[in-house]
Amino acid sequence: MSTPAPAPAGGASGAAPAHQIWRAQTRIELILTLRRGESVLLTFAIPVVLLAFFSLVDVVPTGTGNPVDFLFPGILALAVMSTALVSVAIATGFERQMGVLKRLGSTPLSRGQLLGAKTAAMVVIEAIQIVVLVIEGYALGFRFSSPSIGAAAAAAVLATIAFAGLGLLMAGTLPALTTLAAANGVYLLLLLLGGMVIPLAKLPAGLRVFSQALPSGALAEVFHGALGRGEIPGHAWVVLAVWALVTPVLAARLFRWE
Amino acid sequence: MSAIEVNRLTISYGANRAVDRLSFTGELGEVLALLGPNGAGKTSTVEALEGYRNPSEGTVRVLGLDPIAEHAQLTPQIGVMAQSGGVYPGIRPLEALRLHASFYAAPDDPQELLERVGLTHVRRSTWRQLSGGEQQRLSLALALVGRPRVAFLDEPTASVDVQGRQLIRRLVRELAHEGVCVVLTTHDLDEAERVADRVVIIDRGRLIKSGTPNELMSAGGSREIRFGAPAALDTASLGKAMIAAVEEVSPGEYRVAIDPSPANIAALTNWLAENDLPLADLRAGRQRLEDVFLRMTQITGEVPSVRVDSAPQARSGRSRRRQGPS
Repeated sequence: MSTPAPAPAGGASGAAPAHQIWRAQTRIELILTLRRGESVLLTFAIPVVLLAFFSLVDVVPTGTGNPVDFLFPGILALAVMSTALVSVAIATGFERQMGVLKRLGSTPLSRGQLLGAKTAAMVVIEAIQIVVLVIEGYALGFRFSSPSIGAAAAAAVLATIAFAGLGLLMAGTLPALTTLAAANGVYLLLLLLGGMVIPLAKLPAGLRVFSQALPSGALAEVFHGALGRGEIPGHAWVVLAVWALVTPVLAARLFRWE
Repeated sequence: MSAIEVNRLTISYGANRAVDRLSFTGELGEVLALLGPNGAGKTSTVEALEGYRNPSEGTVRVLGLDPIAEHAQLTPQIGVMAQSGGVYPGIRPLEALRLHASFYAAPDDPQELLERVGLTHVRRSTWRQLSGGEQQRLSLALALVGRPRVAFLDEPTASVDVQGRQLIRRLVRELAHEGVCVVLTTHDLDEAERVADRVVIIDRGRLIKSGTPNELMSAGGSREIRFGAPAALDTASLGKAMIAAVEEVSPGEYRVAIDPSPANIAALTNWLAENDLPLADLRAGRQRLEDVFLRMTQITGEVPSVRVDSAPQARSGRSRRRQGPS
């Protein structure tokens, strides 16, 4: 405004190139996520502490010789869930309630770019989580034995889509505080029933079937098969695929921007 | 083509018509104030222009574009300052400005803009740590960083202290000088009078009157003297002394239907002196916008649903009120 605003010629829009907008939004999503204490607690502190604690204190009936062999894949699944589901749900819920999303709607940032930025930020956070947990797992004595990285990565992608869809569905339909409570409640529920810390085999039969139908249970089953010892059950892929299809569609249909 | 075209705009929420066949235009290089009490339909109107509200009937155009159907072409050319703020609670002022600047091809310099709105002293604070007035300043800067051709400012000086108001008004005037069309909403008559080139008075979603502040204030009815004094004066006795009709328009606020000549004003003050009565204020000739507003709403036969600029706790008879700094 130091110079008078020139009249743009014709329909020439004054928007920045799409990749620049997307990069700037991704950057701010990352900065703000890492600045939120509860987000760092949830995505980093809790998985790291759980992995260390239950690996060193042998109280969980993991059914493996060394608890970390079971816990490492499970806690990786927990980390994915904490980022894609809980962190996304809480942050987006408050952004919606405080009018941040509404305000962004009047700028050249499109919904697609916003969603793309949130996705990219999730991927970066998950990558940091994986690096941290792999180092920690190695320090605790976990060793990969012919891991199937491709299967694990595919499951992580499907689960991230499913969890993010569920998180956005909550954030886009419920009041922010309800989302906060619900996301934390779901987190705790899926933590206990998701085969992440407690093996699904230890659950009563009815509960086990229920858990296997949840995206957390399916993700943990694939991770255990791909990174630890054992098979990847086929039904886990079906469960992950269905969730990854249903929750984003529901979120897209039901999300209210204000 | 006008920068803003609102044509018989109607917005309904269920059976309730928030905006009712409202029409007005706004030009580049002018400050247009939408003035009305709370709930008059100002925000709904602005949100229709920003593309947030679908008109039930009628059309709105901004720079010739449909704000909903042609949203993507429009967003680079408009700046929006929302009433609710709408900023990430954990973001710092310069980060927010840089983020918004990166959305536009030719933005303003964030650093420079931060200085212009006087926020360099809080650069380390996050949005939630800023005071209400500081948040408003940042919010204004965010609306301007893309160098918009049309700026929508919803209640820009609400909860801003006196210096902040002056700064915001000065920025608004500068924008208009640079050729921007500034649309601002306010329920503060004083603000509309000071900053706007044109005022559109709205009540219950309908256009009451529009024009420049001067046109509105000098339109008829200037042959009167208004004054404030203790409530329940003997208006009959004063009327006899003045040889004119005297009316107590609200408790303690009087109108004398007579030419505001020095002689007539002397007669009024003499009568007050003889009766040993204090004079709170005196207005002769040009009216304030509030007088116009109250007269207009009386002409339409309706009392405004919410008093103009009335703080809930201040229910005394004085009609002229300003929103205090908070």
